[in-house]
Amino acid sequence: MTSSEILFDTPADPAVEGPVLQVEDLHVSFPSEAGRVQAVRGLSYEVSPGEVLGIVGESGSGKSVSSLAVMGLLPESARISGSIKFQGRELIGRTDAELSKIRGRRISMVFQDPLSALTPVYTVGDQIAEAILVHRGGSVSKQAAAKRAVELLDLVGIPNAAERAKAFPHEFSGGMRQRAVIAMAIANDPDLIIADEPTTALDVTVQAQVLQLLETAQEVTGAGIVIITHDLGVVAGFADRLMVMYAGRAVETGKVEEIYQQPRMPYTLGLLGSIPRLDVGEKQALVPIVGQPPSLTALPPGCPFAPRCPMVVDACHTAEPPLIDVDGSAEHRAACIRTGEIAATDSEGAEAAAEIFGAEVVEEAEIAKVPREQREIVLELDGLVKEYAVNKGVVFKRRVGTVHAVDGISFDIREGETLGLVGESGCGKTTTLMEILGLEKPMGGEISVLGTNVSSLDSKRRFEIRRDMSVVFQDPMASLDPRLTINDVIAEPMQVHGYSKDEINRRVPELMKLVGLRPEQLSRYPGEFSGGQRQRIGIARALALEPKLVVLDEPVSALDVSIQAGVINLLEELKSKLGLAYLFVAHDLSVVRHIADRVAVMYLGKIIEIGEVNSVFDAPRHPYTQALLSAIPIPDPVKERQRERIILTGDLPSPANPPSGCRFRTRCFLHASLPPEKQRTCIELEPPREVQAEDHEAACHFAQIRQVL
Amino acid sequence: MTVILNEGDSAGTAGAAQGSPVDAAPEPDKAMTRGRLVLIRFMRNRLALIGLIIIVAMYLLAFVGPLLSQWSYEDRDYSAFLQPPYADHIFGTDNIGTDMFAQTMRGLQKSLIIGLLVALISTTVAAIVGATAGYFLGVADKALMWVVDLLLVLPSFLIIAILSPWFRGKSWWLLVLMLAAFQWMITARIVRGMTLTLKEREFVKAARFMGQPARTIIAKHIVPNMASLLIIDATINVATAVLAETGLSYFGFGVQSPDVSLGTLIGNFAQSATTFPWLFLFPAGFLVVFVLAVNWVGDGLRDALDPTSTRVRRKEKKDTKEKAA
Repeated sequence: MTSSEILFDTPADPAVEGPVLQVEDLHVSFPSEAGRVQAVRGLSYEVSPGEVLGIVGESGSGKSVSSLAVMGLLPESARISGSIKFQGRELIGRTDAELSKIRGRRISMVFQDPLSALTPVYTVGDQIAEAILVHRGGSVSKQAAAKRAVELLDLVGIPNAAERAKAFPHEFSGGMRQRAVIAMAIANDPDLIIADEPTTALDVTVQAQVLQLLETAQEVTGAGIVIITHDLGVVAGFADRLMVMYAGRAVETGKVEEIYQQPRMPYTLGLLGSIPRLDVGEKQALVPIVGQPPSLTALPPGCPFAPRCPMVVDACHTAEPPLIDVDGSAEHRAACIRTGEIAATDSEGAEAAAEIFGAEVVEEAEIAKVPREQREIVLELDGLVKEYAVNKGVVFKRRVGTVHAVDGISFDIREGETLGLVGESGCGKTTTLMEILGLEKPMGGEISVLGTNVSSLDSKRRFEIRRDMSVVFQDPMASLDPRLTINDVIAEPMQVHGYSKDEINRRVPELMKLVGLRPEQLSRYPGEFSGGQRQRIGIARALALEPKLVVLDEPVSALDVSIQAGVINLLEELKSKLGLAYLFVAHDLSVVRHIADRVAVMYLGKIIEIGEVNSVFDAPRHPYTQALLSAIPIPDPVKERQRERIILTGDLPSPANPPSGCRFRTRCFLHASLPPEKQRTCIELEPPREVQAEDHEAACHFAQIRQVL
Repeated sequence: MTVILNEGDSAGTAGAAQGSPVDAAPEPDKAMTRGRLVLIRFMRNRLALIGLIIIVAMYLLAFVGPLLSQWSYEDRDYSAFLQPPYADHIFGTDNIGTDMFAQTMRGLQKSLIIGLLVALISTTVAAIVGATAGYFLGVADKALMWVVDLLLVLPSFLIIAILSPWFRGKSWWLLVLMLAAFQWMITARIVRGMTLTLKEREFVKAARFMGQPARTIIAKHIVPNMASLLIIDATINVATAVLAETGLSYFGFGVQSPDVSLGTLIGNFAQSATTFPWLFLFPAGFLVVFVLAVNWVGDGLRDALDPTSTRVRRKEKKDTKEKAA
């Protein structure tokens, strides 16, 4: 990183004193059909040079809007009042032309979606050079800007930067695009970087890379960073200070350690308690925050969190509590009238949350007590293969390659058991699911449902077997037909399978109650429900035919953390009451650890490690599993700062052209550290799945335990 | 599976089970169903509302008007040739003494009914063909899209003109079918594209995995989700069909005498437009007003059904500015 010295001024520019950014009493509102939405209501904060401020909150809490206000990027219909001072200069009221001189030069932004943040028709190098030329056009020549773009790409860790600068955004992977966006953000040595959910759209392994890169960017530029996220884990190790937002206001601010260890606002407590922990082996009680954030059009008086708060008293409804200093510290402030009582509880952090919110560990199912071998096999995959042809040509199609989406995977699921299937996007998880749900004869290998091989099915039998298997999808918005009432949605599978009208009318309200919704809401449409409620409706539909196996495709990843906990708890209860078996596909390993009994890790269409969940998480054998686990942030600043992170280099290779031998070797840190003769084994021989411990198999020639949590 | 969770026994679902007190927020929206919202947004658009009133009024007039008049479109008043409008003949008379009001009403009737039927038939065909091609893909898609492309390249006006001697004296239904046959292709292509995206939506997949047969999926999930497109399309198609019919009739290929339509009237009296303006102005005026009204309604429907439409927001801004002033 020698180039950085030439590129950047010394960190912490001495010319500027005091905070880089000072926001005071900021209000933002938008027009809507139902009235004005008060998106931000009196927000104040400041960021010092070189400081990282994390802003955390659920969707709709106003965290993104407040940052867009700083950038001056809100739509014209927004009404803004208050004060935003950047290096002592007021930004509100300036024209767009004036702001453009500051934007990208002194303040820069990293957006959530790197694909839409880059223009598809220009090369990445040109776009970075443009960022430089726009602001320093007079003093920097085109050639110098292009050269600097390459240096910046190199700085953000893009291999072969000179070559790659000539590539177009679509030729970059998601992680590389986000790197390019960050390169653009630091191109002019800004004093403030605003990162709006910079890692949400990325895989965990890439997320770790990007977070590390942001840290580097901060070191070289000395800028203050505002990082906006909904994930308390992401900011734990990265941020210095934290601000928790709720309903357009800050409800708690303070040093990261203080907030994680002594949260003093019930909302923060709930958020902390609702995250499944990767580092907790025994069953943990997850705290669901009931209800949903209030509508910001007409807030009733009093604390906006009061309707969802377990500690609510009458006084909460009279006036909105201001931010007050807690624990005698001027740095830690919370907006709650009962902070003293929260401080008085004995336990700390997440445990206090479980205590105050009254969360309990869900009991295990009866069937789970029967030894695994004696239980019936619900689903069995044996060497499943799915390939796609890559065709070229318009008139005469010719096959130019094959994508090996799923390349011989085997596992079984027994009654009352949850198998978690994890892996990066593009590893073949979804293809596997679709193959199982399609119930068609696979291209290779075998799928058996309840002992019946699907290859031998006729259409009548296939239709019958669909009763025993159902699916819950990821996106609660897309999984329910917006034109059907909830009643019709839940009744549909029963109508298809010929249930009588009376039976359907009896069962639908039953199912609603089962998933924790009121039967009176049956005549409403999906649009009137929140994400969490819709996911419950999706679960009710999946349970309508009393299936033995429920396939869950990332069922909670589209939900806010506080809602997520409620749905996870529901899934666990249902499993325990109804003795269901789950195939749980997820990329969030913390959720998998919480809910799964066994876990299978997929990489490029193969299962590289499978076994009992605690054994795999506590003693991972395969380097990929180790890297995956180490990439997941733990919502505990102290632990998180001490952890050593294995950063995987590069991206997932193309499944059309997988590496020879062990498919992981191109990114493997273990492979890189081996002597050449051992490396040859990795290159030439594909590692078989070998038993490592009781119910624990891994596919690595040089498997060894490495603790990463 | 008759297990019902006791609402109190689970921390996880207790809150949501009680429902209302915790999700107090969406309650005010309860009355705001989609249908109501669309209606409110439509009603707010003044032009669209006027358009709707005009269309309803025209259909009423076309069918009720002739009953109130003492003349039929075939009657001749030998005491009045080429009379400008007066009490007995409110739209005047033509050179053979036919009452222009009766003729215009008869023409309007014919044009409107043809327009309505053509729009209904062509939109229905488009929905069925487009959804079938998009859902099944493969051979069905290839074959149907081949037909669509073929019909698109054929000059429809010419073909109807060539065929017109053959359906001379036959029912006007043939004309409706001919017009509809050449009007559904572009919509079918749009419907096919939308089906391709809808097919990937999870609720369609869910229906497939529960064993729902394909035709039910199309009828229950795919077509209703395109309703806004189809409604708008049908509306605009009415205007297009009326224009096509008048165009054909103007050249003598459409509605055949002794029957009349707006097109035949305009065609017959185009030469008299400057000398005896009432002969031309009444049928032409009705045509223009009708097509204009349909387009207003179409615009209004599009804005009301499209949640991203900016018209309402602009309106709100204007309102708040007025209030502030």
